[in-house]
Amino acid sequence: MANHVNQFPDLRRPAGSLPGKLYRRALVDSFLKLNPRTMARNPVMLVVEVGSVLTTFLWLRALLGQGEAPAGFTGAVAAWLWITVLFANFSEALAEGRGKAQAEALRHTRQETPAKKLHRRLDPTSSLGGSRLTQPRNRTDYELVPSTSLHAGDEFLVEAGDVIPADGEVIEGIASVDESAVTGESAPVIRESGGDRSAVTGGTRVLSDWLIVRVTANPGEGFLDRMIGLIEGAKRQKTPNEIALNILLAAFTIIFLVVCITLLPFSIYSVHVVGKGTPISITILVALLVCLIPTTIGGLLSAIGIAGMDRLIQRNVIALSGRAVEAAGDVDVLLLDKTGTITLGNRQAVEFIPLNGTSKSELAEAAQLASLADETPEGRSIVVLAKEKYGLRGRTLTPTPEIPAGMRFIPFTAQTRMSGVDLDHTSIRKGAADAIQKYVQSCGKSIPKDLDSIVEKISHEGGTPLVVARNGEALGAIHLKDIVKGGMKERFARLRKMGIKTVMITGDNPLTAAAIAAEAGVDDFLAQATPETKLALIRKYQEGGRLVAMTGDGTNDAPALAQADVAVAMNTGTQPAREAANMVDLDSNPTKLIEIVEIGKQLLMTRGALTTFSIANDVSKYFAIIPAAFSSTYPALNVLNIMGLATPQSAILSAVIFNALIIVALIPLALRGVPYRPLGAAQLLRDNLLIYGLGGLIAPFIGIKLINLLMVALHLA
Amino acid sequence: MTANTWLQFAVYIGVLVLLVKPLGGYMARVYQGERTFLDPVVKPVERLIYRLAGIDPAVEMNWKAYALAVIIFSVVGVIFLYILLRLQGLLPLNPQGFGAVSPALALNTAVSFVSNTNWQNYGGESTLSYLSQMLGLTVQNFVSAAAGMAILVAFIRALTRQQTANLGNFWVDMTRSTLYILLPLSFVVALILVSQGVVQTFAPYQSVNLLQPSSYQQIKTNANGVPVKDASGNPVMQTVPLTQQTIPLGPAASQIAIKQLGTNGGGFFGTNSAHPFENPTPLSNFVETLSIVLIPAALCYTFGKMVGDTRQGWAILAAMLAIFIFFLIWAAHFEQAGNPALTQLGVNQTPSALQAGGNMEGKEARFGIADSVLWETATTAASNGSVNSMLDAYTPLGGLAALVLMQFGEVVFGGAGSGLYGMLVFVIVAVFVAGLMVGRTPEYLGKKIEIFEMKMAALLILIMPITVLGLTALAVSIPAGTSSVFNPGPHGFSEILYAFTSMTNNNGSAFAGLNSNTSFYNLTGALAMLVGRFWLAIPTLALAGSLARKKKIPAGPGTLPTHRPLFIGWLIGVIVLVGALNFVPALALGPVAEQLIMIVK
Repeated sequence: MANHVNQFPDLRRPAGSLPGKLYRRALVDSFLKLNPRTMARNPVMLVVEVGSVLTTFLWLRALLGQGEAPAGFTGAVAAWLWITVLFANFSEALAEGRGKAQAEALRHTRQETPAKKLHRRLDPTSSLGGSRLTQPRNRTDYELVPSTSLHAGDEFLVEAGDVIPADGEVIEGIASVDESAVTGESAPVIRESGGDRSAVTGGTRVLSDWLIVRVTANPGEGFLDRMIGLIEGAKRQKTPNEIALNILLAAFTIIFLVVCITLLPFSIYSVHVVGKGTPISITILVALLVCLIPTTIGGLLSAIGIAGMDRLIQRNVIALSGRAVEAAGDVDVLLLDKTGTITLGNRQAVEFIPLNGTSKSELAEAAQLASLADETPEGRSIVVLAKEKYGLRGRTLTPTPEIPAGMRFIPFTAQTRMSGVDLDHTSIRKGAADAIQKYVQSCGKSIPKDLDSIVEKISHEGGTPLVVARNGEALGAIHLKDIVKGGMKERFARLRKMGIKTVMITGDNPLTAAAIAAEAGVDDFLAQATPETKLALIRKYQEGGRLVAMTGDGTNDAPALAQADVAVAMNTGTQPAREAANMVDLDSNPTKLIEIVEIGKQLLMTRGALTTFSIANDVSKYFAIIPAAFSSTYPALNVLNIMGLATPQSAILSAVIFNALIIVALIPLALRGVPYRPLGAAQLLRDNLLIYGLGGLIAPFIGIKLINLLMVALHLA
Repeated sequence: MTANTWLQFAVYIGVLVLLVKPLGGYMARVYQGERTFLDPVVKPVERLIYRLAGIDPAVEMNWKAYALAVIIFSVVGVIFLYILLRLQGLLPLNPQGFGAVSPALALNTAVSFVSNTNWQNYGGESTLSYLSQMLGLTVQNFVSAAAGMAILVAFIRALTRQQTANLGNFWVDMTRSTLYILLPLSFVVALILVSQGVVQTFAPYQSVNLLQPSSYQQIKTNANGVPVKDASGNPVMQTVPLTQQTIPLGPAASQIAIKQLGTNGGGFFGTNSAHPFENPTPLSNFVETLSIVLIPAALCYTFGKMVGDTRQGWAILAAMLAIFIFFLIWAAHFEQAGNPALTQLGVNQTPSALQAGGNMEGKEARFGIADSVLWETATTAASNGSVNSMLDAYTPLGGLAALVLMQFGEVVFGGAGSGLYGMLVFVIVAVFVAGLMVGRTPEYLGKKIEIFEMKMAALLILIMPITVLGLTALAVSIPAGTSSVFNPGPHGFSEILYAFTSMTNNNGSAFAGLNSNTSFYNLTGALAMLVGRFWLAIPTLALAGSLARKKKIPAGPGTLPTHRPLFIGWLIGVIVLVGALNFVPALALGPVAEQLIMIVK
């Protein structure tokens, strides 16, 4: 049934979209977008389109001999105005194109699949009515229905080879699932009921075993559906900052509209009182208008936004709202889970510290024996350390003369908080200091005085002490150390430069937390964190007016994720965590937050830089167009033609052509984003003002002059 | 430019900057309700006013209530002033027996003074009674300035407070502005002016014999006022002897003090501060010129003090001063350079021991180019509009300085209060774009600039150019507008543009050369003044309301600093690009074309 899904796409490498195809498609789209209803989303470019229609009309009239200006000139202006609109549309289409290709690939996986919907068996005698299942679910009692008919609350069965028909929560079974459709990661993941690995995504495929899943999303509202919508940009909502910027741009457009409209009576009056020349032509007025309104930013604004989302997708992060991407740029406080983010996921034994009267090797041997059956990474690291440091050979669980088969392993439980092994006459326990202390006391033995100091010393160093006891007598402690990931200190320093405070969240005690915090170089930490304290911490920062970002994966993270301004859920996380977050990291890499923040900042910077550039451009355009426009009435104004443009008509055309070409020239910048460097705000402003402000002032003078020279060289002037 | 000019400018700016901190600090205390040295005298009066008016000074207003209070107060002001002007013939203190002011002129004048514009389509000494001047105009000179200052204070509070709807109490802010700031300052300035010879009297106008009697020719009319014509149809001329002169008097000093301090500008006499009874000496001239920008400049410091970071106030003042000084030097340069048309005729216009040089047309000899240009720049930078020289006679580019300073939207000093709140809107626009450039959604003083703020800011920067350009376009398109123009060519265009620029920006400065006492100009002018004042005041208060509701975000290294030279430079750039760029085409057809025609023949 799932045979049509041959290869799941990796989001980072959009399948089947050669650059050439992407461009061709964008080209077609830029014409389709000429539809005024589409253009209405962008008031600046709508004005240009109306101008294009108007000048085209004037050109047709000129061809019929009723022109206000030579047909060739009006026609050229009209053509370049159309090109301006098309260039702007092209930028948007190009930005969307990549997402479209990705969305299409995803859509393949979402094609209708048959679903094995389970029948509910209701207990007719139940006092609770029809809401309770009385019998274990019967895995054979299902009917095949189309996946689109599944609704939230329904239950279905998936077996090896099936495509999971809808998003849901595993309620029974365990299976390996290929989630490359959403993550791009080909290694299968385990999904099982309960705990943090119970969420499955529609469109992914079960590789082995079976699952019974309860549907959590109605048709069309699943994770994949939302992802497709987001990637495609079809449901793209303008973000608050984008709307605010659009308002500013619309205001500029209205002002310049009034400037140009009133220029006609001004010009008629001037011609009347001076008694020579002709009033400014509509063609020139439209050209002036298009040159003055912020077409550069207006044309590229939507591409910048789409490209920002796309840059996230390139990093395998799906933003469930554009607002969150913007907010990411503003983040002041970053909450990071210690385990897995700042430190390697598991602690490692680094030292055995015996009590007085116990030798190191004695302790090491006891520790190794107690850990043989301990499959946790910590347990294995104890075995390895004992072997490497004290030459104790690695032992296995296969019975050998040394280790008789009578070994009985005591597993870790939440109640005892110890694990260990019972031999013939020996019983060894290892566990948290207080747990072992209780155990020792219960055996009627006393606790050696120096144990406390050893435990404390390990805690101070940021380690976790595991105390080992043999036959009720404490032997010493194992120093389990959190290994801080490489390069973290530098990353946090970088964040500090960006003005972002990092806070480490850990369940450790304050002593251990402080030591790791210092080693990792975070600004602050929250020790012995619970869902409540996490939530309280976020609220506290927010009340102080700060924006908080955090990552999480567990269900107990969900309240904090929902409260945080930027919440990134790991894709391996639970459904509640993913629901509460506004971004999902498909790589489940918690340090991704740093990149997300940078992308958010880049997005805002690109908008600001191009707005500045666009407005600064106006100065040169006045110098190009004003002397030309009034040359017949006030020839003296030619003094302002500081660029020395050949003829009035060539001056105006040069400005219009520059205005169109600059959009294309800046498409790569809009798609790539202004590079962000973690510098202080003052320095960033200085750099960007120099490049885009001063550059925006000067560049068009040069550009317009060059275009004009070219026109003269081609005898077009 | 001469050394003397440089020196005068330097002294002026030096004294101004020295006064900013003491006055600004004092005003901050007044608005924060702290004790001042005037409390023993003024506090009882203040309390009495509240008791009589039934105002509870502790009650705060949200932005809508505040705006409503501003509007009600202003509407009542317009109605009262209109009635007063219409009825002045029946009222006392009218020694010259002036009759009622015509309806269109009364409306224009009432709106003009209530909106702090003081555009005058009349000559004070030939139109208004002493009562109208004192009870009507002088009162509005005080309270219109106080209203502007009150709106500013509400706006500043919005930036300092968080998560509240309360902006303060308009009646309290206005009363305190008047009692603690405007009245005491006016009192001091009026006394200085009287000491210099400015008149302050209820005596009727005096007739004196001319030292040198003369005569003039006049068309002879019959009993019905119809010109008598000779046989060939030409009017018959008759010689009229001239032996006496009427010297107008009145309570001028008290009105001039507040006219300057409250960025009003409406002269007691028609020729404003060029009149020797308004502005007799270089010292009175200095004090009056200083008074023009004193309060708007000092309010920058008040702002910094109230938001808890005086650097923010100094930064804004620095931006204002930079633009001011640029145009001061610009105007002085073009005036001192003289008329290019005369230069081409070989006329010597260089300053020497015997002549001031440059363009002295329309300037008082006792002030010269330096003091005239200084006044011109100050009066148009601040939205004052009083004059001590004839702007119409400036070189086109010298006069352009006055025009452009108003076209910035009166934010370089601007009106008392209104200038700074206008400037803060530009700051918000500047912060919005610059904030993006540092990779954060923009914020100013910890307040996020979001959709609503941009809507209001956009509205605020839109209204002025649309009104100015729209009305100018209307005026040049219909005979009612063009028939008032006395000068042909680009100069006439400049005059119309100047009139609407001045009225919309509530400046009131007149270029002259345009007969604006017509129904068309009286009514369109009244409209422009109302729009310029209240269509800006209301969105400003709405903006304040929205800002007050927001949380304040603490500053960090990622926050855009808004007090450094770089930001000041950017702010100036935004004011120039957003404020003045809109007028480039119109300016090209007016003063620029006019000057260039004189140079390029």
